[in-house]
Formats: sequence, structure tokens, C-alpha cells
Amino acid sequence: MFNLILTLALFIFSLSVALFLYRVVKGPSAPDRIIAMDTIGINLIAMMAILSILLKTYAFFEVILLFGILSFIGTIAFSKFIERGILVEYDRDR
Amino acid sequence: MSMTVIGELLAAIFIIAGAIVSLISAIGALRFPDVYTRSHAASKSSALGVLCVLTGTFFYFVFADEYISIRLLLGIFFVFLTAPVAAHAVCRSAYRSGVKLAEKNPRDDLKKVLWQEQHD
Repeated sequence: MFNLILTLALFIFSLSVALFLYRVVKGPSAPDRIIAMDTIGINLIAMMAILSILLKTYAFFEVILLFGILSFIGTIAFSKFIERGILVEYDRDR
Repeated sequence: MSMTVIGELLAAIFIIAGAIVSLISAIGALRFPDVYTRSHAASKSSALGVLCVLTGTFFYFVFADEYISIRLLLGIFFVFLTAPVAAHAVCRSAYRSGVKLAEKNPRDDLKKVLWQEQHD
């Protein structure tokens, strides 16, 4: 019963990832796509947590942390790139 | 009731609630008209769903194995901290790079403030 509930939750999460993937493909502007990609990353974190219960292992917790950090850094880098057109600013000549 | 059953019950409740909230947020991100409303649906409610799932996982491992995972607590804290910040940064860059609001939106207060800021 518990495994069935976990599998059902995994299915629901993959459905929501598919819906966000539609937004990534269709989204009229670039920020749409970035928000959808960020949310896909966060949903992947939840799927890894469910998978670590299903497989009864502690090994995926590091992956959860790492994926959270990488997704955040990627989103911040993309938003800076869209706003200014550059990633690393050098402020020495101001 | 043994501890494992209590852990499974708590984890099942939290995980199903998180999955349903995440599905609702995906439907919202699909149906809203422009970037700003879409980010409202996608960032906040999706973060809530993921926090529910991570809390359920934490409770399962506490009750079933008596294992308190500091890494999972750090993951919960980190998602709670970074998801709104990332959504805010993307929305700010979207407004400043000129993405239009939805047409049925009646007013835009930030436009006047930004115009004054640029012409002072």
C-alpha cells in the first residue's frame, strides 16, 4: 500500500514535470522558460526524495542538496544574463 | 501501532499533499496569461509542494530508521530560502528587459517609478 502511494506520487510529479516541459517549449519569452526550468529542477528534488524512500537508501540526500544549489545558481545566472547581457561584471572603472 | 506504521502514515499524507499541490501549480503555470502571474503560480506553490514531500521523507526516516538526516534538513532550509529569491530575480529581469504584462491588466505602477528613476 505504501509503495503504491509512493509510485502514485511519482506519477503525479512526472505529470507536472511534463506540463512544465510544455511551458518550456511553448513559452513566449525567455523568462517563462527559465521559471519553468527552475520549477522542473525543484520537482526533480522531490522525486529524488520519494525515490530514496522507495529504494530505502540515504545516498540520494547529497544529490538533493547539490541539485538545489545548482538549480538556484543556474537561475540566478540566467536572470542576470537576461537583464544585463553579461554574467560577470567588472566595476573597476567606476 | 508500531513506529514504522506511524512513519509510513505521516510520510504518505505529506507526500500525497505535496504531489497534489505541485500538480495544481503546474496547471497554474500552464493557464495563466503572462510571465508574472505564471511565476506566481510556479515558484511559491511548487516550493510548498516540494517542502511537503521533503518533510514527509524526513519524518519517514525519523520514525522508521530513527535516523535524523541533517542533509535533508539542510535541503528543506535551502529550498525554502532560494525558491522565492530565484523567482524574484527572474521576474525583475523580465520586467527590466521589457516583457509585456497581460493585456487585461488595468494598471502598471512600476512603470512611472522606473521612468522617473531613469530621468533624474
